[in-house]
Formats: sequence, structure tokens, C-alpha cells
Amino acid sequence: MKYAGRLAAVAVVGALSLAACGTDNNSSAGSSASASAPAAAGNDNGLSGSVNAAGSSAQANAITEWTKNFSATNPGVTLNYQPSGSGAGVQAFIQGTVAFAGSDSALKEDEPAQADARCKTGKAINIPMVTGPVAVVYNLPGTEGLQLSPKTLGGIFSSKITKWDDAAIKADNPEATLPSTPIQAFHRSDESGTSDNFTKFLKATAEWPYEPAKAWPAEAKGQGSKGSDGIASSVKDTEGAISYVELSYAENSSLQKAKVANGAGEFVELTPESAAKTVETAEIKGTGNDLALSIDYATKTAGAYPIVLVTYEITCEKGLPADQQKIVKSFLTYTASDEGQAALKELGYAPLSGALLTKVRTAVEAIS
Amino acid sequence: MATNLRTRDGGPATGRSASRRSHGEGPFRFISTAAGVILLAIMAAIAVFLISEAIPALQANKGSFFTELTWDPNSAQVFGIGALAFGTVLSSLLALLIATPVAVGVALFISHYAPRRLAAPLGYLIDLLAAVPSVVYGLWGVVFLVPLIRTPSQWLNENLGWFPLFAGEGIIGGKTMIAGGIVLAIMILPIIAAIAREVFLQAPKMNEEAALALGATRWEMIRMAVLPFGRPGVISAAMLGLGRAMGETIAVALIFPATFDITFQILTPHANSIAANIANGFGEATQIGRGALIASGLVLFAITLLVNIGARLIINRRKEYARAGA
Repeated sequence: MKYAGRLAAVAVVGALSLAACGTDNNSSAGSSASASAPAAAGNDNGLSGSVNAAGSSAQANAITEWTKNFSATNPGVTLNYQPSGSGAGVQAFIQGTVAFAGSDSALKEDEPAQADARCKTGKAINIPMVTGPVAVVYNLPGTEGLQLSPKTLGGIFSSKITKWDDAAIKADNPEATLPSTPIQAFHRSDESGTSDNFTKFLKATAEWPYEPAKAWPAEAKGQGSKGSDGIASSVKDTEGAISYVELSYAENSSLQKAKVANGAGEFVELTPESAAKTVETAEIKGTGNDLALSIDYATKTAGAYPIVLVTYEITCEKGLPADQQKIVKSFLTYTASDEGQAALKELGYAPLSGALLTKVRTAVEAIS
Repeated sequence: MATNLRTRDGGPATGRSASRRSHGEGPFRFISTAAGVILLAIMAAIAVFLISEAIPALQANKGSFFTELTWDPNSAQVFGIGALAFGTVLSSLLALLIATPVAVGVALFISHYAPRRLAAPLGYLIDLLAAVPSVVYGLWGVVFLVPLIRTPSQWLNENLGWFPLFAGEGIIGGKTMIAGGIVLAIMILPIIAAIAREVFLQAPKMNEEAALALGATRWEMIRMAVLPFGRPGVISAAMLGLGRAMGETIAVALIFPATFDITFQILTPHANSIAANIANGFGEATQIGRGALIASGLVLFAITLLVNIGARLIINRRKEYARAGA
């Protein structure tokens, strides 16, 4: 018995070391093959090296997809994006441990000064890159296409409207039959840019007495769930639930999405296109190539869905170490390209479009 | 070391034992002293870091840290530990209430009832429970347990609503204190059961056999000879479990609805804990926010310390009882 066990152990070790050899061979074969391939792809700018980035988890899926596509054409490049949260990403950028940070909000308060100091010769710029529409999701079997005005949403999420057959909800949905089940409003229990944007939307459009913040205001009550996936599963499991979550999570869990009224009082269904319309009308707060946006949550544009989360890539316009700067510029050039933005749509993000996209490309071009 | 001993093998027998002792003594003494000193140094370094991070946040706090219920250190800079500390203690006590009887039962079954062939695998199985990562318990709680206990919760609320713990109006069931309590109970069960089992196995065989010889049934024997002997052990096991329950982070962060209020209504979705709040807030915290979370961690540390000191006091007193009884 003992002998057999030892033999098995030897066999396992042998197999493992063989497997290790196998992977070694594979990767060297892969790189030697790719050395000739880029010429065919016409995309070889001789890039190699690795770049670290960190930040918003809201754009993690986008970055993962982009990294996959980018490293297919630039096999020498490794890009590590750690979705540690916007705050942590910005801190890491300021401390100089990452080449760019993904963030759900532009640099604010004392962050721009600290970030400029990190860039030494240049200044830090916010480049909007990934637009995540925020869906209002609910769980009411038999009630499809619920329509909600911002005012009603404010009442629901501040726990003033507690039943689904409340007069305010009925007024928004004259034709629907609504049950008298209690409303269970869920919010993010962790601090998140999604909560920040959703409360900014409520502050701008509804009677929302609390300050917009990444942390849900405790006075507004309701129940918390951790992370977007936690929200999605809570809404799926709980009849009478309502919450807000990024479009991709709503679609993956096939949750019911409410139509939300924009500034013109038009109830708009959430699609990547209807969200893109709101981003297009956003006003640019930043100067030069700093494209910090101010979103008009009460937009009157026809067919515009008003709740969107714009996430930024924060990097140095000038002043990154040369090797990193080349990779970052090349990566962001790809992400801002038509191809890069088109890849977003399948992931539940909205693509950038129009004049803003042109400005984003100019800003990326200026990185040196 | 090994080569040293081998060269000494040929030496005279008398000198060998003396020189070997002196050779081993010095280095071992040094290693163990160094380990002790390093441990103290690390503890001190952690304490200094935590306190220095916490102080600026506490100074920036516009509310009272001990009585304030809300937690908003990032924008309004008002935060307090009240609701969080309450939730931590209540959820851990619930867990302890559920887990201890079950764990003692499991331990007694393994040590005194189960046939030997069953006892060993069962023991392994219990230990295996301790090896499951806590995030798995959390996911299990959210996906399976929370929907499962909704109907029983509503039944309890309707029929036993006069009892303060089961009271409440509006939304009943879901992400509640009791859901977290049950998951915590399962998580601390293996610790309590494993220690209780070892303690029960050490109960003096003479007493057990004497009890049986006097005509006691097996249950009477356990009551007379095993439980009194094992009581301090079970209490210290329970306290270890309590410590784990209070420090448990990710499972409760997933289950608790992160509300900031103090209520004994364990069937309504109102629950939070210090550790869950740290897990929820750390990723996006500002400088002050991080300091505030660290300050809450210090409070958790203090509560755990108090619990452990309390447990020590109980055990010491019980030990004397147990000895006097035996």
C-alpha cells in the first residue's frame, strides 16, 4: 500500500513537471510564431513590456475584453488591471504604482494637485472611456415595462413609497395592474460609483434630501446588498424588490428593467443607444485635454435614457516613463477606436459617440 | 546540527550528554526568545499603525464616535460605532446560541455514542466544515438560506410576534439578522465541536465507569461524569467561537443589508456589523474614511479582548469548581 502511494506521488510529480515543460514549450512556440505574425496584422509597433493599472470595478469587464483584444495584436505587452475600486485606483496612481487608473468619477478636491505632482512634467487628465448605463431593475411577476418618473424613484428609494400600488406609481403606469406587495428597495451596501451616480441623478431630478455619495445615505433606509452581483441576486430572489444596477448585470440575470422618464417626461427604455444619447449631451468641465464631464441627468434630448455612469481613464498627459507611456497611449488609442468602442456593446456598456469621441481621441493623441 | 551530532557520536559517553545539552541550549534559547520578541514587536507595530491612522479620522469626526448611528466618514464626516457594535454583538450571540447546543451534541455523539467506525469519519467531516472558505458560506447564505427562511420567518412573526425578537412590521424575512446568525453558527460550529470533543474524550474513565457500575444510564453518566468535567472546556470553546463570529467579515458582508439602526427585531432586514462595514467601505474610502474604518476595527479588537478576558475569568472560576467536584 505504502509503496503504491509513493509510486503514485512520483507519477504525479512527473506528470506535473512534464506539464510544466509543456507550457514552456507552448509559450515559446507562441511567441516565436507571433514574432512573424504582427507584420501580417500590420499592427506591430514593437511594443513590449508590462503596464499596471487599477481602479473602478465598473469598467473591469471592458478592460478585460480590451486587454484580450489588445494583447492579441501586441503579444509582447502585458496589461494588469486590478479592479480594486476607483478610490484605491486613484490612490495607486497618485503613489505612482500604476500607469493609469480607472475611475467612476473625475479627479476632485485635492486629488488633481496630487496627481499632477505624480506626473512631474505634465498634468493628469481624465479621459472618459467606458459608459455604463445604470438600469432600474425590479421583480414583479406579470408586470412588464414598468414606467417610473424620477420623482417616484426618489420616493421609492427614500422609503416614502412603500407599496407597489401607491398612487404615484399608478400615476406613472395608468394601464398596469399593480399588486399591493411591499416594496423592497435594495441599494449597494459597499461604496460604489453606481450609488454615487444614481444618487446624483436623484438629487438632480427628484426630491432627494441627501447628498450624493458613494456610500448609500443611511437615512434613506432600504436594504443593502454587496456588489452588483449581490444586487442582481437579491432582486432575482425577492418578489417586490427594486434596485439599480449596471446594464450588464441586469441582462445577465435577465431582470425586469423599468423605463425611466428623462427631463422631457418621456419614458425611455434602456438600450446602449438611448444611454449614449445622454453622454453625448454631457458638458465638458475640464480644460484642454482634461475631459471631465458634467452629465445632464435631466436631459431633454428625445430618446435619451438619463441614468448613466461615465468612467474615466486617469493618466498623465505628459510625464509617464517612456516605456509605459508608449503602451498606455497605444492601448487607449485602441480603446477609443471604433473597433474598441464597438466591443463594449456586447458587454452591456454604451459606446462613446459624436463630438465627445473625437475629443477623446485628440486627448489620447496628446499623451506623450 | 545533524552533522555536529554525528561527529560527536564517537566521543566518550560522559562528555557527550553534557556537551550536547550545552550545544542545543544556546541556539534554541535564542530562537525562542527571538520569536517571542518579534511577535511583540509586530503587535506593537500594528497597534501603533492602527492608532496613528485612526486618530486623525476621530478628530475629524463631527458626531460622537460612540453614540452616533450613521456611518458617513467620506463626505459628511459623521460616523459612530453604535449600530455596528450592536449588530456585531447581537449576531455573534445569536450564532453562539444556535451553535453551542448543536456542537456539544455533536461532540458527545462522537465521543460517547457513535460506534468507533463512524466516530472518526464524522470527526473529519466536522473539521472539514472549518476548512470551507468563509466567502462560500456567505454565498450559500445569500443564494440558498435567505430565500429558504423567508416563509418560516413570516410564520414566526405572525404567530409569535409578541416575542420582541420576532416582532416587526412591514418587510419580514430576507437579508435579516437571523440569516446572518445561522450562517455564523454553522461557521463556528466546527471550532466548538472539535474542542468540546477533545475535552469530553479526556473525561476521567474511572468516573464514567463508576457511574455506569452504580446503575446510571448512559445519559445519566454523561450528565454526572462528562459534562461537569467538560464545562470549562466547552465555555472556552464557545468563547473562541464567539471571537471568530465577531471577526467574521465577508460572509456577513454578503448577507447583512448594511442598515444603520439598533433593533432587536431579528426577522426584519436590519443588520450590520463592524467587520462587514469594513469590507463594504474599504475599497472606495478616502483618507478619513479609511481612518474611521480602522478606528472601528480597534473597537472590534477591544470587544473581542473583553470577551476573551471574560471567558478566562469564567474558566478559571469553573476550573476550581470542577476540581472541587472531582
